[in-house]
Amino acid sequence: MRSAISKLTALAVIAIAAVAGPLRAEQPDPKNWPAVLEAAKGQTVYWHAWGGDPKINAFIAWVGEQAEARYGVTLEQVKLASTADAVATVLAERQAGQDADGSVDLIWINGENFAGMKSEGVLFGPFAESLPNWPLVDVAGKPATVMDFTEPTEGYESPWAMAQLVFEHDSARLPDPPRSAKALLDWARANPGRFTYPQPPDYLGTTFLKQALYAHVADPALLQSPADEASYEAVTAPLWAWLDQLTPHLWRSGQAYPANEPALGQLLADGEIDISFAFNPGRASAVIAAGELPETVRTFVWDGGTIGNASFVAIPYNAAHAAGAMVIANLLLDPEVQARAQDPAVLGFQTVLDVASLGETDRAQFDALDLGVATLAPADLGPALLEPHASWMTRIAEDWVSRYGVVQ
Amino acid sequence: MTQGGVLRAAPPLTALLMAGPVLAGLGALAIPLSDGDGLARLLAWNGLSGAVRLSLVTGVVSTLVSLALALLIVAALDGRRSFRLITRALSPLLSVPHAAAALGLAFLISPSGWIARVLSPWATGWQTPPDVLILNDPAGLALILGLVVKETPFLLLMILAALPQADPARRMTVAASLGYGRFAGWALTVLPAVWPQIRLPVCAVLAYAMTSVEMALILGPSLPPTLAVQIVTWSMQPDLAWRGPAAAGAVLQLGLVVAVLAVLWLGERLVAVLGCRLAFTGRRGARLDGIVAPLAVVLAAGSAAAVGLGLAGLGVWSVAGLWTFPDALPATFTTGTWESAAPGLLAASARTVALAAISAGAALALTLACLEAEVRFGLRPGHAALWLLYLPLLVPQVVFLPGLHVLFVWLGFGGSLWAVAAVHVVFVLPYVFLSLAAPWRAWDARICVAGAALGAGADRVFWRLRLPMLLQPVLTALAIGLAVSIGQYLPTLAIGGGRVTTLTTEAVALSSGGNRRVIGTYAVMQTLLPAVGFALALALPALVFRNRRGMRGAT
Amino acid sequence: MTGLVLDRLTVRRGGVPVVALDLSVRPGEVLTVMGPSGSGKSTALAAILGTLDPSFERTGSIRLDGIDVTDLPTRARRIGLLFQDDVLFPHLSVGGNLAFALPPERRGRAARRAAVEEALDKADLRGFADRDPATLSGGQRARVALMRTLLAEPRALLLDEPFARLDTDLRGRIRDFVLDRIRAEGLPAILVTHDHEDARAAGGRIVDPTGRPVPDAP
Repeated sequence: MRSAISKLTALAVIAIAAVAGPLRAEQPDPKNWPAVLEAAKGQTVYWHAWGGDPKINAFIAWVGEQAEARYGVTLEQVKLASTADAVATVLAERQAGQDADGSVDLIWINGENFAGMKSEGVLFGPFAESLPNWPLVDVAGKPATVMDFTEPTEGYESPWAMAQLVFEHDSARLPDPPRSAKALLDWARANPGRFTYPQPPDYLGTTFLKQALYAHVADPALLQSPADEASYEAVTAPLWAWLDQLTPHLWRSGQAYPANEPALGQLLADGEIDISFAFNPGRASAVIAAGELPETVRTFVWDGGTIGNASFVAIPYNAAHAAGAMVIANLLLDPEVQARAQDPAVLGFQTVLDVASLGETDRAQFDALDLGVATLAPADLGPALLEPHASWMTRIAEDWVSRYGVVQ
Repeated sequence: MTQGGVLRAAPPLTALLMAGPVLAGLGALAIPLSDGDGLARLLAWNGLSGAVRLSLVTGVVSTLVSLALALLIVAALDGRRSFRLITRALSPLLSVPHAAAALGLAFLISPSGWIARVLSPWATGWQTPPDVLILNDPAGLALILGLVVKETPFLLLMILAALPQADPARRMTVAASLGYGRFAGWALTVLPAVWPQIRLPVCAVLAYAMTSVEMALILGPSLPPTLAVQIVTWSMQPDLAWRGPAAAGAVLQLGLVVAVLAVLWLGERLVAVLGCRLAFTGRRGARLDGIVAPLAVVLAAGSAAAVGLGLAGLGVWSVAGLWTFPDALPATFTTGTWESAAPGLLAASARTVALAAISAGAALALTLACLEAEVRFGLRPGHAALWLLYLPLLVPQVVFLPGLHVLFVWLGFGGSLWAVAAVHVVFVLPYVFLSLAAPWRAWDARICVAGAALGAGADRVFWRLRLPMLLQPVLTALAIGLAVSIGQYLPTLAIGGGRVTTLTTEAVALSSGGNRRVIGTYAVMQTLLPAVGFALALALPALVFRNRRGMRGAT
Repeated sequence: MTGLVLDRLTVRRGGVPVVALDLSVRPGEVLTVMGPSGSGKSTALAAILGTLDPSFERTGSIRLDGIDVTDLPTRARRIGLLFQDDVLFPHLSVGGNLAFALPPERRGRAARRAAVEEALDKADLRGFADRDPATLSGGQRARVALMRTLLAEPRALLLDEPFARLDTDLRGRIRDFVLDRIRAEGLPAILVTHDHEDARAAGGRIVDPTGRPVPDAP
């Protein structure tokens, strides 16, 4: 009973404080790096990251070993089915008045989730541009490292991997895959049931829709500003017309969709479909190297380019171990870590660093990488199209759910 | 407090533990409901009618089919030699977590699954998997199948437990001497005595089947998903505005369950009237046996095989190298998956075992205290106590857990192992209690009198006579408790806030990724742990009492 | 030939004979099998009824009105059974219990109801059809149980200590009622009991489960 009363009192105090001004836990100053390192020592950082891919999980575990050895920071991956789970946890904690000592220290994040947390004001920072490894990031060559779905990162998240949409096909079954939205439709008509995409609002599934949207807009610049009511209908109408034609020829006639990227990849591995895609140009090679896809699988891109973006890590405002989290964010930008992430046998993620300007030994680690049998050379990867404004993704995903989300 | 005081407090404490979290979680629904347009947004969702229909159809059909199958097996086969074989094959399925069973089944029946692989291409001509909608079908047939194979063993064991009090042997002899067939005689004379005892378990199965999240995620449709899955999806949205429709959906879900239970109550009366009418016609139904008995054998063997083969298939995947369609077995084998998964597996297993040990241990202690209090203070638990015990199983988890989470965070134990363990106790205790109560109450009270006559006090009788003599059922109850805790998905996810990961939460998270190799390792571990618990529960008493013939097979 | 014939019926367990009966029971005769508990009386009944546990070995045959029923299932033997307890079904009314036994060939609700009323009349239980069996006295229950057995139109009757649970004053009357009905229906019957008075009242031969005559003395 006493504790209940004290809880009520605490709640009242929090409520008053909320009116008076935000109550912030004392968090470390990112500009004082030695102090950050000192504070981080002995901390356990809970990194909330999507846990659906064992390769990524293994990579995070390896990063944890490095952090332990180099900085005395313990890293625990909290494996999520969806990044939204971590965001929800932070918001639930704020709702409950827990403004310090929160359970989430670091989130693998980008796009909508980042925009949501940033506008809610539940992120720690800015910190990213104070990290010692920040100068190595290729901001000029890879503008997506500071522009997350047209949302400026402003130092509230730190990039750790670049990604670009590439398609995958088994050259033994399908030697000449369709390289445009129109060609895909013609091919699907001739080969019904052999193509599908992850069910929106899944990230990759919605990315596929955005990729198709690029093929159907006259002026791509439109997509860089927020989707407004007037233009949205007109701009997306050709996309829906195209999708209406494609849907009956999809896998399971569009009556079911795979959940996400690995589920889509598994369908290719099982021979249920002939074309899949991933937000990772090195995925196919990595999976072949692991012996889980036939060696005849190759990757390709659409004429005119495919969408590319960056993956980030962000720190919640109430993180219990913000110093440790910053150490991890910095470690993720370390050339050795970046080179390992790019190794197709490990992850096959593209680096965010400017490799050309790295020192001799660091560059050698990248040069030594064998990109793998299915990975396109940088020159063949084609232009990386910028992510449309996050509002497009939200609207398209919602629209898709109301159009195709209920089987008639 | 004296020891008697502790014992006296056990029953009310247990009642509070059963009812408190449910009521608190329900109450917490009011917060998101009070502000905003939750109901309007729920009603605006175009998938609502589909989701509600799915929840009703999959829940009701799977429960009716499981019940019919379990009754069929007992009615047609009890007393025959095949019966022991079938109950032996089905009861281990009880310890298989829902998620693992669903994952195994998914691999078995999908168009690129094991059945299709074994039959291709020689029998089917398929070089690539056929494009047919078997898994995640909009009608929810795969989900119904999954629920049936998992719930039938549970109902079967519940019927077996209820049977001795229904006087089946003499009733069946009377019915047979009057010329009745086995099945008809059982249905008309034994079932009416069994039903009142299995009514609550059937209600619990119905409530579970209508609101299961992990099975519906793996086997159910997604266009739209079941209402329960949609509620969880909304609860997890970063945008807080979705909490409103989630809470409104939870209230709707609760209403659906209550409505269906009410219909069940009416249906029960209708069946009773029709049954008495049928009995009045005197039809002997002797010819039914020829159809029913083989049907029961085939269906029972089919369900056991579906789960068994599914799990075996996942086991093979966990050591598979390249395994393309239509190969029946992998082209290469590797231990690589296990090696790379080992650190995560070990950590998750350790946490799973810790949670299970804490929650099952606490549930067993409370159960023993309640049962001993019954004996010492001459308490006679009534119907209300039984309903209370079933409360956490009848009120859908998806309805009261999100509210409970907010409450826990507010109290400052959000996301801790202890909070998760405490909530596990709520779900573990009913099973432990139900499994232990019958043998405990059936224990020969004359031994107690004999002990007392020799000067033993109540404590001595408890520790030196009752507990050792009931070692087998006590350990079985503990093993059941461990299995229930190991299988918990939503409580672990919702209360742990993602921070407390177990084999089950990891397996379901991985299932969204579709990597069968890693899923295989988790599913194998998930199945193995409860099995080890049951094996120990059988082996320990046999070892302890190896020189005591009177204690063998005594339960 | 009519009646119940046990043709060298023996039952062994682990080679040891428990039951050895070689005799016939005429219609209307009540043969008594007597012996202390554990002497094989119940085993003899189970063998005749067809509910013997598989762990027993049976030889010989059972003929009823000239038909060999040895290998028929219980339900097809048409041998009625009366237990020590009445085993009335508590979920059915008194009339429902009786209709349960009535052959299905008697069609129509009204006709079946009439047959039930007639049986209740014979047992002095007029107007009891809609009663809950739980509200009946021991004697009333015993009579309902007998009428239920008889309504199934059995060709023989087995009585498994049917009077053991009744009070002494009631016992005589119910026994007379049962024996009178058996004689009136002209059924061959076997009574299993350990009570000399029951045996004497039955008025037939008295043997032990291995077929030896039992002297009629207390």
